[in-house]
Amino acid sequence: MHDFGDHRFEGKAVRCRRGGRLVFDRLDFELASGGVLILRGPNGSGKSSLLRVMASLVRPEAGNMLWDGAPVRDDPAAHAARLHYVGHSDAAKPAMTAEELLTFWRGMRGGTGCPVGEALERFGIAHRADFPARYLSSGQKRRLALARLLVSEAPLWILDEPTVGLDADGVGSLEQAIAAHRARGGMIVAATHIRFETGDAVAELDLSAFAPGPADLDAAGDLFAAAV
Amino acid sequence: MNAFLAIVRRDLSLALRQGSDATMALMFFVIVVTLFPLGVGPEPGVLERISAGIVWVAALLAAMLSLDRMFQSDYDDGTLELMLLAPAPLELLVLGKCLAHWLTTGLPMLLIAPLLGLFMNMQADAFPVLLATMALGTPVLSLLGGIGAALVLGARRAGALVALLVLPLTIPLLIFGVSAIEAAVTGQSSKAQLLIIGAMLLATLPLAPWATAAALRQAVS
Repeated sequence: MHDFGDHRFEGKAVRCRRGGRLVFDRLDFELASGGVLILRGPNGSGKSSLLRVMASLVRPEAGNMLWDGAPVRDDPAAHAARLHYVGHSDAAKPAMTAEELLTFWRGMRGGTGCPVGEALERFGIAHRADFPARYLSSGQKRRLALARLLVSEAPLWILDEPTVGLDADGVGSLEQAIAAHRARGGMIVAATHIRFETGDAVAELDLSAFAPGPADLDAAGDLFAAAV
Repeated sequence: MNAFLAIVRRDLSLALRQGSDATMALMFFVIVVTLFPLGVGPEPGVLERISAGIVWVAALLAAMLSLDRMFQSDYDDGTLELMLLAPAPLELLVLGKCLAHWLTTGLPMLLIAPLLGLFMNMQADAFPVLLATMALGTPVLSLLGGIGAALVLGARRAGALVALLVLPLTIPLLIFGVSAIEAAVTGQSSKAQLLIIGAMLLATLPLAPWATAAALRQAVS
């Protein structure tokens, strides 16, 4: 039995279109408590799009995502409450200190995680707690964004290129946080080009396999011709 | 509720630290009103006649000036998408941002309005009504402005665009605000106008955050 309970997060035949272009189609994924799913694929293959779909920031054009068998779109608020999303931007307000930012996010998300000071400590930026974010380096801002994962609890972590800007020590902190999260039954989905240690039983999903094939493009062309 | 307080507290402390946004609207309000005696001449009768309209129009324009920043910086640095993913309803967070916006722009304008009325030779017995119309009307500006600010996210020249979107919506507010003050000046009751402005506030209070939240979801996806 895990701290977060046993859950399943799965996607069935998910299709995503961005700016009129079909990014991926008929994509299936599944993830159980304690599991890790690493997204691979070249630039533009839709890794970030899939993560945004999983976070319900973007609506899939077709297909279903299920949490314990129940469609995610039936209760978007409950889905938002059970996930953490760390995207490309660090959401670091230049005028706020690292400690204030984490306190803010802790308040926003109900404050169920570890104390702010401890989260800063675990990502090695406790000595910069009183610095306005404007004076933090990009690696420190990234550590701050990742420390957000710890100040409130959510079983599903969705990480988009989490290691960008991190040094070896920062990657180490992330690996430790991931290991602790998995040990408690948390799930992790990450898009990354850099291999970092996430433990065993890691599933990989190669997005180039779900890119629209020539047949799909022909179909789209026919559709376009019919419309004209 | 914690999330609501957290966002109000954060926006207020940000506004205090980077004071420029909030004080700019206030200074604009003061300067526009003081330009009128210079432009139309110091004839007390003329100034008194146009005082209510000038104060209200200047307040509308000054509020527009502060709107485009309402969600823009949160949108730029990625805070907005995290707010969408917060467990609290987005509508509640929007209401918190509108409250913070009103506390930093509407409230200072409300407090300085009697002084500007004095500049414009407004009759002293109109001041309580001026304050009442501003107290009911400026929150409506922040709430309606939120819709415009959310709709223009990501657009070029957002500042001008938000004014074009929101100003037409404020016309009823202007009409009843000015007419309430004029009724007070002529010794009539301005209760009806104040009730209508109050009704506008009660209508926008639930509806505007709902529309704003929909526009924000659209902007982020």
